[in-house]
Amino acid sequence: MNPTGWLLALLQTLLFVAAAPLFGAWIKRVKCWLQNRRPPSLLQPYRDLRRLFSKQVVLAEHASVIFRLTPYLVFGAIIMAATVTPFITLDTPTTAIADAIVLTGFFALARFFLALAGMDIGTAFGGMGASREMTVSALAEPAMLMMVFTVSMVASSTNLATVITSIEHQMVMTRPSLWFAALGFLLVIVAETGRIPVDNPSTHLELTMIHEAMILEYSGRHLAMLEWAAQLKLLVYAVLAINIFNPWGIAHSDGLAPLAIATALMAGKLMLFGTLLAAAETVLAKIRLFQVPVFLMLAFTLALGGMLCFIILEAG
Amino acid sequence: MTLQIAIGAVLGYLISGGLALLLSRHPRWQRTLAFALLSAGGILSIAGGGLGLIGTTQTQTAALGLPWLPWHLRLDALSAFFSLLLGLVTLPAALYGFGYCREYDQDAQRRTPLYIFTGLFVGGMQLLLLADDAFSFMIAWETMSLASYFLVAFHHQRADARRAAFLYLLMAQAGGLAILLAFGVLATFGHGYDFTAMRLAALPPGWAALAFALAFIGFGTKAGLVPLHIWLPEAHPVAPSHISALLSGVIVKMALYGFIRVTFDLIGNVQWQWGVAVLLAGAVTALYGVLYALVQSDFKRLLAYSTIENIGIIFLALGLSIIYLGSGHPLLGALAFVASLYHALNHACFKGLLFLGAGAVLHNTHETNLERLGGLMTRMPWTGFLVLIGCLSISSLPPFNGFASEWLTFQSALQAGALESGVLRASIPMAAAVLALTAALSAMTFVKAFGVGFLGLPRSPHARHAREVNGSMRLGQGLLALLCLLLGVFPTLVVTHIAAVSRLLLQADLPSATAHGWLWLTPLAADKASYSAPLVFTGMLIAVAVWVAVYLLLRPRRQQEPVPRVPAWDCGFGGLTPRTQYSASAFSMPIQRIFRSLWYLEETTRESKPTFGIGQPAYPRYDVRVHDWIQVRLYEPIGQWVLAAAKRIGALQTGHLRHYLLYSLLTLVLLLWLLQ
Amino acid sequence: MFFSQLALYEQAILALAAVVLLLTFLMLVHPRILSVIKLFAWQGLAVAATTALVAYDANAPHLYISALLTLLLKAFFIPWLLLRMVDRFDLHQELDSLSHPVLVLFGGIILVVFCYHTTLPVAAQLTAITHNVVAICMSVVLLGMVMLISRRKAVTQVVGFMALENGLFFAAVAVTEGMPMVVELGVAFDVLVAAIIFGIFFLHLRQSIDSLDTSRLSRLSERERD
Repeated sequence: MNPTGWLLALLQTLLFVAAAPLFGAWIKRVKCWLQNRRPPSLLQPYRDLRRLFSKQVVLAEHASVIFRLTPYLVFGAIIMAATVTPFITLDTPTTAIADAIVLTGFFALARFFLALAGMDIGTAFGGMGASREMTVSALAEPAMLMMVFTVSMVASSTNLATVITSIEHQMVMTRPSLWFAALGFLLVIVAETGRIPVDNPSTHLELTMIHEAMILEYSGRHLAMLEWAAQLKLLVYAVLAINIFNPWGIAHSDGLAPLAIATALMAGKLMLFGTLLAAAETVLAKIRLFQVPVFLMLAFTLALGGMLCFIILEAG
Repeated sequence: MTLQIAIGAVLGYLISGGLALLLSRHPRWQRTLAFALLSAGGILSIAGGGLGLIGTTQTQTAALGLPWLPWHLRLDALSAFFSLLLGLVTLPAALYGFGYCREYDQDAQRRTPLYIFTGLFVGGMQLLLLADDAFSFMIAWETMSLASYFLVAFHHQRADARRAAFLYLLMAQAGGLAILLAFGVLATFGHGYDFTAMRLAALPPGWAALAFALAFIGFGTKAGLVPLHIWLPEAHPVAPSHISALLSGVIVKMALYGFIRVTFDLIGNVQWQWGVAVLLAGAVTALYGVLYALVQSDFKRLLAYSTIENIGIIFLALGLSIIYLGSGHPLLGALAFVASLYHALNHACFKGLLFLGAGAVLHNTHETNLERLGGLMTRMPWTGFLVLIGCLSISSLPPFNGFASEWLTFQSALQAGALESGVLRASIPMAAAVLALTAALSAMTFVKAFGVGFLGLPRSPHARHAREVNGSMRLGQGLLALLCLLLGVFPTLVVTHIAAVSRLLLQADLPSATAHGWLWLTPLAADKASYSAPLVFTGMLIAVAVWVAVYLLLRPRRQQEPVPRVPAWDCGFGGLTPRTQYSASAFSMPIQRIFRSLWYLEETTRESKPTFGIGQPAYPRYDVRVHDWIQVRLYEPIGQWVLAAAKRIGALQTGHLRHYLLYSLLTLVLLLWLLQ
Repeated sequence: MFFSQLALYEQAILALAAVVLLLTFLMLVHPRILSVIKLFAWQGLAVAATTALVAYDANAPHLYISALLTLLLKAFFIPWLLLRMVDRFDLHQELDSLSHPVLVLFGGIILVVFCYHTTLPVAAQLTAITHNVVAICMSVVLLGMVMLISRRKAVTQVVGFMALENGLFFAAVAVTEGMPMVVELGVAFDVLVAAIIFGIFFLHLRQSIDSLDTSRLSRLSERERD
C-alpha cells in the first residue's frame, strides 16, 4: 500500500472526470468540420454543465426517491468504472479492485438505475427508452464478454493491468484474434454509449431516441450529473479500447517523465479515436431498432471469431 | 454435538407442525407458537450448519427405521452448507409468515393444514440433509415432496392451484422413481443401502454413467431443469408467499444437494462427458428460464421462471466443475464447484427475498399482475426498498451477492484454455456468452418487474390504496436483504467457508482465493483476476458521499425551500394517466420480437372503431398469452397419447361381471404357466 | 506462447487466414449483392497474398505463379466479370437478404468449431507452419456451401461457389504447399470457364424467368402446386 499509488489513482480519476466533457466536445468539433458547420467552443460542454448545476431542480409530481437517487448512483458507478480503468499509468493499486468483468458490472449497475428512473415518472417516453436501452444492452453483453474472453485468453488474465502489460510486450500487433476482438469491441462501444448508428446522442423529441428518452424528465444538477456521466462513460470506453488494443506508451512508474509522455500520447490517441468516431457517425445513418440485433450479432461474431482464431491458429 | 443441534432443528420443525394440530382452536397461539418454533428450528439449522462447516464430520445411528437398516445420520461439510442455507431462508420466512398468516386466523379449515405441512415440509428437508442411507433419504425426500404438495394445493378452491398441485405431484413422483433407481444401481454394487457402502462401491463405467443419468434426471426434475421444468412455474406461484420463498429458495437446492451427494460423493470418479451434459442442460435452462421470465406479467410467475434461470446457472457452473475434474484439473474444478454452491446460497437469499416482497404486495393489494400494479415505491417504501435490493442482487450487479457468484462462474469458465480438447475450449466460452446474455436479460426482467410494479403511476385502485406491510413482514424481508448485501460485500469469507465442502468432496482446496486477505478475492492468482467487493462498496459510498457533501456545502447559497413539484413534462404532451405508461408487455416487446420463435405466443389485437367524430383515436387492444413451448410441443402430445392409450385399454372395462372373472381366470392361468 | 515465437511473415500468414475467414462470414450474411462481390474480390486478394507468403516461407517458386494467377483471376477478372453482370442487369440496388441472418451466422460458427474438431488429427500430422490453417480452409469450403444453400439470387450463389473454390485452393496451398503446376493451371482454367458459363447461364435465366431469383426456378416444375 504505497500512498503515491493511491494519490496517483485519485489524480487519474479526477483527470478522467475533468477530461470527459472535452472528449465529447472534440467529437462534436470534428463532426462539425466534416459536415461543414461551425463548431462550438471546446469549452462549451463545461459551460453547459455549469449552467445546469446553477439551475434549480424541478421534479415531476409523481417522482419517487429512485428518481432523485439515480443521478448520484449512476455517477458513482461510472466513477468506479473510471477508477479501475488504467488511463495513463498502470502503476495504481486501484486496477486490482476490479477486473474487466466487474467493469461491465459497473456499467450494468448504472444502466439499471437509469432505466428505473426512466420508468419512474410514468411517461411513455421514459418506458420506451428504458425498454430499448435494456434490449440493446442485453444483446451487447455477450459480445462484450466474448471480447473480454478473447483478450483474457491471449493474456491469460482478466485484470486490466496484466492484460495491457501482456499485449504491450508483443511488439507489433499481428494477432488476428486481437484484431477481431478490437473490431467487435468498437461495435459494442457504439451500441453501449448510444452513438450512431444505434442511437443518436443529439436527438430530441423523436420516437427513435433511447438514452435521451430516459432522462427527459431530469433538470438542473440531476441532468448535469447524468450528462456528465454519459460523457465519462464514453471516455472510459474509448480509453479501454485504446489501452487494450494499442497500449504502447502507457506509463509503468510514477516518475514525472513517463507520466508526461503517457499523457501526451493518450491525448493524441484519444483525438484520433474521436476523429474516427466522428467520421463514422458522419458516414453512417441510424439503423432501425430491429436491425440492432444484426449489428450486435456481427459484433458477437467478430469477438467469437477472434476467440476461435486464438484457439485454432494461435494456440499451437 | 453439532449433529445434535441439527437433529434439534428437525424436531423443532416437526413439533411446530404438531403443536399447530393441537392448538387448532386458538388461532393466535397456534400461529405464534408454530412460527416461533419454526424460527427456533431455523436458528438451530443455521447454528448446526455453521458449526458443521467449520468442524468435522459427525455420524450417528438412530434407533428408527427397518430392523436391519437403522437410520444413519451424518453431518458433513456438504450437508452443513445446505443446512445453513435452509436455516437462512427458513428463519426470515417464519418471521414473515407470522405477519403474513394473520389473515388466515379466521379460517380454521385452511390455516391448520398450512402450519402442519409447513412443519413437516421443512423438517423433511432438514432430515434429508442428515440422511446417510438411501432408505432414510427417500423417506425424507418423499416427506418433503408430499408435504409441499399440500402446500401447493393450499388454495384448493382455485382450479389452477389444483392443476398445479397435481402436475407437481406427478413430476415429483416420476423424479422420485428415477432417484430410487439410481440408488438401486449404487446399492447393487455397494452391497448395502447405507451411503458408506455406496461410497466404497467400485462401479463399472457403464453403470456409473447410468446411475449418474438417473440421478441427473431425478434430481433435475425437482430442480426444474429444462425440459423437466414445466411443473415449477405452475406450482411455485400458487402457494402462500412465504411458502413460495421456501419452495423456490430451498427445495430446488435440496435437489441440488441430492445431485451433488450422489454424483460427487457416492459415485465419485466423475467423467468429463457428464460435465458436458450438465453444462449444456444448465445453459439451455438458464436461457430458457430468463426468456420466459421476461415475458411474464405475473410477478410471482416471473419469479418462478427466474428460479429456473438461476438453477440453470448453478448447474452450468456444476457442469464446468465436472468437466475440469474429469479432465484432471482439480483446482479449477474446485473453483467452479465453489461458484456453483455460492450461487445456490445467493439464489436462496434473493429469491426468498423477492418472493416475500411479492407476497407483501399481494397481501396489501391482492394483485400479483404487474399490469395492475405501479407506484408502490411511494406507498410501500420499505417493501419497495427491500425488493429493489433483491432485484439488484438477482440482476448480478456489483456489489451485491448475485454478482460475486456469477463473477466466479465467469472466472472458472475463462480457464477453459487449460483443457486439452479444443472443442471444449471453444464451446465453454460460448456457454459463458449464454451466461452473459442471461445475466443481461435477467437485469431487463427485473427492471421491468420493479419499474412496472413499483414505479410510475398506480394502474388499479388496489395499487392506489396500498399501504405498508406490518413489522414482522418487513423484518423477514429485511433480514434477507441484509444477507444479500453481506454475502456480496464479503465474498472472500464466504468462499473460504464453502471451500470446506470442496475439500471434503473433491479433495481440492482453493488456496489462492483468499491468499491476499479478506479484502481481495483472487480465485487463482492475483495477476489473473481480482475483485475487491468491500473496496467497491466503499468506493461507491465515497462517490455518493462526495456529491452529498458538495450539495450540502453549496446549499446555503440557494433557496432553502423544498424542490418544486410540477406535472411531468413528457415532451409537452401532458395529460399523464396510468394508461399512457409503458406496460409490462410493452416493455418486453423488443426482445419478444427478436426471439419470437422461442415462445408459443397467442397474440390477439382487437381494434374498436371510434364511436363518434373524426380524428378520435381508435382504441386498439393487444393481448398476449405466453405458453410454454415445451409444454405445448412435448408434454401435451405425450398427454394426449397417454389419454388415447388409456381409452383403448379402457375397453377392458365392459361392466359385465363375467368378463372380469374371465380376466382373473386368464391371469391365473398365465401365472401358473409362468411358475411352471 | 506459440504465436509470438513465429517469424513476422508467418504470423502474417495466420492473420491473413483469419481475414479470409472473416471475409467469408461477411459474404455469408451481407444483404447487398454489390458488396458481396467486392468482398469476394478482397477474399481473392487475401488468398493470393497468403499464397505468395507461403511461397516465400516454403521457398517454392512455382507458388509465386499460382499467387499471381489467383490474383489476376480471383481478385480482378471474375469480380470484374460479375460487376459487369451487375451493370448489365442493373443490380446496383439489388438486395439478397437472408431471412434468418442470425441463425445462419450461428450455424456458421458451429461449422467452424466442427471443422476444427474434424481436422485436428490431420493438422497434427502436418509439420508445416500452416498446419493450423487447415481448419480455416475447411470452414471456408463449408461456409461457401452454406452460402449456396441460403442465398436465393443466382449472382450471390455463384459468389458462394467461387468462395468455396477459394477455400479448396487455400487448402491445397496450406497443406501440400501447392499442387503440381499442371493441376493448378487446369483448375484455374476450369474456374475461368465456369465463370463464363455462369455468365451465359444468367443471361438465359433472365430471359426465361425474367429474374435472377433462383427460387423461382421451382415454378418450372410440372408437379401440381396447391
